[in-house]
Amino acid sequence: MDVAQFLHEFWNARGAIWDGFQMTVAISALSIFFGTLLGLFVGLALVYSWLPFRFLVRIYVDFIRGTPVFVLVLASFYILSVIGIQLTAFQAGILAITAFCSTHVGEMVRGALAAIPRGQSEAAMAIGLTFRQTFQSVLMPQALRQILPTWVNAATEMVKASTLLSVIGVAELLLATQQVISRNFMSLEFYFLAGFIYFLIDFSIERLGRFVEKKLAYC
Amino acid sequence: MDYRLNFDAVWRSFDLLLSGLALGLGLAIVSIFIGSFIGLIAAFAMLSKNKLWRGIAVAYVTAIRNTPILVLIFFTFFALPQLGVRLGKIESFVFTLTIYSGAYLTEVFRGGLIAIPPGLREAGLAVGLTEWGAQRWVIIPVMIRNVLPALSNNFISLFKDTSLAAAIAVPELTFYARQINVNSFRVIESWTVASLMYVFACYIIAAGLRQVERKLAIP
Repeated sequence: MDVAQFLHEFWNARGAIWDGFQMTVAISALSIFFGTLLGLFVGLALVYSWLPFRFLVRIYVDFIRGTPVFVLVLASFYILSVIGIQLTAFQAGILAITAFCSTHVGEMVRGALAAIPRGQSEAAMAIGLTFRQTFQSVLMPQALRQILPTWVNAATEMVKASTLLSVIGVAELLLATQQVISRNFMSLEFYFLAGFIYFLIDFSIERLGRFVEKKLAYC
Repeated sequence: MDYRLNFDAVWRSFDLLLSGLALGLGLAIVSIFIGSFIGLIAAFAMLSKNKLWRGIAVAYVTAIRNTPILVLIFFTFFALPQLGVRLGKIESFVFTLTIYSGAYLTEVFRGGLIAIPPGLREAGLAVGLTEWGAQRWVIIPVMIRNVLPALSNNFISLFKDTSLAAAIAVPELTFYARQINVNSFRVIESWTVASLMYVFACYIIAAGLRQVERKLAIP
């Protein structure tokens, strides 16, 4: 391994890698955002909704969770164009990871709500709170506190899942790295670099998760 | 939207899909088997008093857990040959998945070991077992039973991760689904069948492992 040559090639490739990095951040942020929004509804539907609807949501969750994310990404990329929904690879990929994220968040919300003892809702009802008030000021604050650390860790999963979009041709960090390697053949150095960048992203998110967990622990 | 469902092409290749599913299962079984040994060793290293062992184990687990598995797969397959390590597709994938599962299992085993009350080891020593004997015959069997549910979850997620082997052209389920998709243009059919196969396989594995857990549970 020639360090000087690597630095030279790295300098040449800095633009491509920076663009890929930004794309990775964009994919992750968008999927986490939409996935969390959808996931909150999924979670609430799993706990409170009308039974047949709850059953449908359960099927959605189990189906998405039973399928590998990679298959979701490929299926979303290939299927949508056939049934007349024209999406770019970028959009199709985000859709797949959003679905993946939503089932994770949904299960978290369901689990957190289920963990709150029933007596609390009953007590809230007994002092005359409506369902909405009970949810807003009794259940949600506790559920959020429990969800937040897990949710931050789920974010690292989404960053990792964003690499799968390289296979359908979205030029995120991994594909950008592969393109750089196809020019300079320094696969060892540049795959290592890509791995290291992902590590830095995920490691910082994980540390943030621990920090949040500690902050929430005693208040 | 002018698409008629026609499952002929998928049924004609159903044997291939099944063989792909079997290969995926095989890859996951081999990886979790070897990975368990790595995980066990690393878990003991993490809890040892020796700072060097602890450092190595922590570095291994942190590095692998925070790097996307696709990057690891490409690194082993495309970059390691530069160092003279040339592996075939399947060997390379099994190697990656083993290292990957080892890191996740370390955390599982570490948690299991911490949860074992110290009295168990002392009782083992008191009946005349050596330090190693107490670990081997008392601590590890109890710990494995306690972490079985976590092991099952890990196995299922590893099984889903075998879909990524398609990215380096290992002929497993996702690979064949994609092949059918590209050759016959039966896009919806191939991906639906493939996802359903994954979902059912996961469901059956989960049910089977739950039986094992019940059988081995400490009464």
